[in-house]
Amino acid sequence: MKKLIFFIFYLFLFNGPAHALVEVDITRGNLDPLPIAVSPLFVEVGSEDIKDGDKIIKNVGEEISRVIEKNFKRSGLFNPLNKDSFVQKPDIAHIKPRFEDWRLIKAQALVTGKVNVTKDKLRAEFRLWDVVAAKEMVALAFSTTPENWRRVAHIISDKIYQRLTGEEGYFDTRIIYVSETGPKTQRYKKLAIMDQDGANIKYLTLGNELVLTPRFSPKNQLVTYLSYFRNLPRVYLLDIETGVQEVVGDFPGMTFAPRFSPDGKKIIMSFAKDGNSDIYTMNMETRVVERITDHTSIDTSPSYSPDGKYICFNSDRSGLQQIYVMRSDGSNVKRITFGKGLYGTPVWSPRGDLIAFTKVHKGKFYIGVMRTDGSGERLLTENFYQEAPSWSPNGRVLIFYRETKSDDQGKGFSAKLWSIDLTGYNERLIETETDGSDPSWSSLLSK
Amino acid sequence: MISGTKLKNILIVFLAGIALTACATQKKSGMMQGDVYTGSDTVEFLASGVKDRVFFATNKSTLTTASRDTLRKQAAWMRKKKKLTFTIEGHADERGTREYNLALGERRANAVKDYLMTYGISGNRLSVISYGKERPVNSGSNPLAWSQNRRSVTVKAN
Repeated sequence: MKKLIFFIFYLFLFNGPAHALVEVDITRGNLDPLPIAVSPLFVEVGSEDIKDGDKIIKNVGEEISRVIEKNFKRSGLFNPLNKDSFVQKPDIAHIKPRFEDWRLIKAQALVTGKVNVTKDKLRAEFRLWDVVAAKEMVALAFSTTPENWRRVAHIISDKIYQRLTGEEGYFDTRIIYVSETGPKTQRYKKLAIMDQDGANIKYLTLGNELVLTPRFSPKNQLVTYLSYFRNLPRVYLLDIETGVQEVVGDFPGMTFAPRFSPDGKKIIMSFAKDGNSDIYTMNMETRVVERITDHTSIDTSPSYSPDGKYICFNSDRSGLQQIYVMRSDGSNVKRITFGKGLYGTPVWSPRGDLIAFTKVHKGKFYIGVMRTDGSGERLLTENFYQEAPSWSPNGRVLIFYRETKSDDQGKGFSAKLWSIDLTGYNERLIETETDGSDPSWSSLLSK
Repeated sequence: MISGTKLKNILIVFLAGIALTACATQKKSGMMQGDVYTGSDTVEFLASGVKDRVFFATNKSTLTTASRDTLRKQAAWMRKKKKLTFTIEGHADERGTREYNLALGERRANAVKDYLMTYGISGNRLSVISYGKERPVNSGSNPLAWSQNRRSVTVKAN
């Protein structure tokens, strides 16, 4: 992956940020998505086709604009307008849009661009226009290898999202998850990775052993997960580039629930022995193991705060599963959930101000968020079974998995990936080839 | 007045319906005490009269009187079969978070291991593994299925 990220960014025109009329209110959810026209990127004369696996992509400018539109639509914040209503040709619009035409179809923002493909290089540029104020808002050009054309679309989406919302985007990212097939009593599970929009699915393990709970390192190259290789449930590390796997939690008992520290240097996990689970860290450079909790109860699902100073986790030391916060050395343990029901799978938001969690109450499962002291609990979605939220890198969207109820014969069972906005709006199924669970969101790839 | 009688009749029919449903439920949950499974539908045998598994209440790893009885029989049989080693599998139902269930399964398996050890079985002959909610025996989503899945199973390892 490293070699693929040779993007050369250069700004060739940039109007100051404060004057634009067009902006997206991100505090309200999808009540009023911004009408945006994404013109197909103009493909320059002499540009070559792209070979993408078995497919030949003839009009990559059109394809890029489709990927951008899908990103925008799924975000719930934008309403991409139907291309049939576009009057101006892509090449002319990119030079100077006739804003009256675009106003007529009620577009408030317009994206134009052009692209040129040679054998080993794809050069793309785009402009974002404020249709109402008749002004250019941002313009960028960059080069990459042709097979990276989808990432070009995601990076353009991120730049536009950032310009219009004031927040960093999350489109140039990937999801790692567990692909599931087979009957409920004997599921086959494989690690799978895909782009945030569900494209480019790749399977990273063969399904010979049970694998669970993969999580990205902050630099996205490594994944830590639980594998039942040789029937010994242990925490493993996988290098996505080289495919090399190694056991990291080889303790005399089960290690599970792994996650990276925000600096990527440590893995925090649970170690279960003699009926008791406690939280440990392992420094990946020195291999030094540190015990963080020491309690006769079940302590698991640890997650660091983004500054690395605190850890949230769930424990049943009160008798039932609840969420606790402590300093990263294990001191100063405080229970933060006191509501009705059980609380588990806490994950600290990348912005640092919230903790997302799973709540179980009266036979229903909820995904919710609260402040890091446990106040301000907001339940975003209720269902028969759902758990394990993971944050988008900008802290705006949560991805999680949901299982359906099965009948007495086990029929009707499925596990699917879903996402929902922090606002509680814009709940969406993420389509995957197989059933899926345990999703984990990467950081931005091009950061 | 007429409509009043009619309403009464409908009400009686309705109540009778509820009573019938209640009976049906009771019959089904007759295989549970509290929410611990007491039936034998999924149970297999290590030897004649030696059940291979015990069941647990939701989120608990406490051994019931019936479970202890089963495990004493397992221990008595294991004492005779000195060369055999065993794996104790701990399982949870699908109604908990995955990671917590892994820990819960481990705790259940160890509760069984500890009990077998107090009846003279060496810890060297007993290994434990937790599957959490990954390997249900009953794939239904109902209280009976969940009670059958909250279990610890003793399996011959050699």
